[in-house]
Amino acid sequence: MIHTENLTKKFGDVVAVEDLNLEVCEGEVFGFLGPNGAGKTTTLRMLTGLIAPTHGTAVVNGYRVGQDDMNIRRSVGILTETPGLYERLSAEHNLRIYASLYEVEDIAGQVEKYLRMLGLWERRHEAAAKFSKGMKQKLAMARALLHEPRVLFLDEPTASLDPEAAHLVREFIAGLSQEGRTILLCTHNLDEADRLCDRIGVLKTRLLMVDTPDRLRSNLFERKVVFHLRQADAALAEAVAGLPFVQDCTAVDNKLLVTLDDPEMHNPEIIRMLVGLGADLQFVGELRRSLEDVYLHLVKEG
Amino acid sequence: MQKIKTIIRKEWADVFGNRLVLLTVLFIPLVFTVIPVGLLFLTRGASATDLPSELPAQARHLCPESATIMECFQIYVLNQFMLLFMFTPLIVPVTLAAYSIVGEKATHSLEPLLATPITTFELLMGKNLAAAVPAPVGTWFSVVVYALGARLLVGKAQAIAVFSEPMWWIAVFVVGPLLSVLSTNFSLMVSSRVNEPHVAEQLSAVVILPLLVLFFAQVAGLVILNRSLILLLAVTLVAVDALLFYLAVRLFQRETILTRWR
Repeated sequence: MIHTENLTKKFGDVVAVEDLNLEVCEGEVFGFLGPNGAGKTTTLRMLTGLIAPTHGTAVVNGYRVGQDDMNIRRSVGILTETPGLYERLSAEHNLRIYASLYEVEDIAGQVEKYLRMLGLWERRHEAAAKFSKGMKQKLAMARALLHEPRVLFLDEPTASLDPEAAHLVREFIAGLSQEGRTILLCTHNLDEADRLCDRIGVLKTRLLMVDTPDRLRSNLFERKVVFHLRQADAALAEAVAGLPFVQDCTAVDNKLLVTLDDPEMHNPEIIRMLVGLGADLQFVGELRRSLEDVYLHLVKEG
Repeated sequence: MQKIKTIIRKEWADVFGNRLVLLTVLFIPLVFTVIPVGLLFLTRGASATDLPSELPAQARHLCPESATIMECFQIYVLNQFMLLFMFTPLIVPVTLAAYSIVGEKATHSLEPLLATPITTFELLMGKNLAAAVPAPVGTWFSVVVYALGARLLVGKAQAIAVFSEPMWWIAVFVVGPLLSVLSTNFSLMVSSRVNEPHVAEQLSAVVILPLLVLFFAQVAGLVILNRSLILLLAVTLVAVDALLFYLAVRLFQRETILTRWR
């Protein structure tokens, strides 16, 4: 659905995006993570035909960037970083304008559908200026969907929203992904990326790494299992560390932190050993690295 | 065509919802209606004894042979205001068009608009017509009021002599709209290149200067407005308008506008 090859954008001497190679499949929610100025918005603008790449190629929905920009714009929806609504106009009027520009056939029907879907129908006659940030964002989201695009580009969809509004917008995005739409999501919100995205790309001018959130964690960090005991001591830790598949084991506050490659395979053996040594095992869990750890690690290294 | 209409409707709904812009748009035609009608009112008591024994050649040239010196002078005075009515189509679009692009930049509504399948031609044509149309309409209103004022305050014969002259019709219905388009194109070009609506408005106001020069030249008697001059002005404006619109489309670089607006 989205394919890029060595996509590069320079503004004078400044390289905004360098050699981006990306493949986003149909129905996938792909997240772009990266610090400010990493090139996320520039990439999104290139992929929506708003700005031209300096070199490299990109194909979106079968149309080539730089050659079929009009067809790209016709077939994708974009939610820009700021809603950019016509504040003096009503919600309905805002959508009618865009429905007409997107060549929607049933303007009234589509406008009503999305106003109702996003809970704005009752307030459709009110000027957008009177809306809260969350409502404006929902209206901008409706605007991006009026022409039923199969590919959606969402730039910071929950930025500056309160937790409740952000939650509603996230749920809506999850619903869109269930409809089989391809979504490219730029965000700073790591938790949001973790929850919504099938795969994540960490961008810092160059694409540092792409994978599923789980594999990003496991590829970058060793897996650690925590064994909670009634009482843990150095002798127990030493005994566990002696097992051939255990890479490391330390005792901290009645817990054993065990590093190993394949917990699913080896945890039962460790548990048997601990019980055999008379340890009172309370519970076992994996020490899960957050996406934030992954992100910070990659951005620092990158 | 549908997209051009959508842009025009959007512009009018959005811009005329801005009270400041609306007041500016209404204020200019109002001023240029009040000034000439007010002057006719103040000078209505003048008599032939106040006039020199012989009128300048340019004044005689405008009058029917049967007209008295007083009537001829009044026709001359009525004609002097023609240029004044050309200021409205030049000034009003400056406010509208200057706000048009840079105003959208400021409110961040330009990016979603540019992301739609609209061509630069359609976008600028819509914005151009939206900014250019109200001014001639305002001018026609002013001229109608002025013509009625001339009929009531000066006299029927003089009013007919002035307003039946094709020069006035060309000036009001051809040159006025063309000036409006000129002003709009120039302002759109400026608006695409700056970041502040006020800066766009101030820079765009430069477009008024040539008409001001013509106005003062006419007042000083250096230029005499006649049919040939007005026709020449109309033909020149058609060419200049086409060139400026072409340049406006060429200068409207989506990428530059999006990436340099912060």
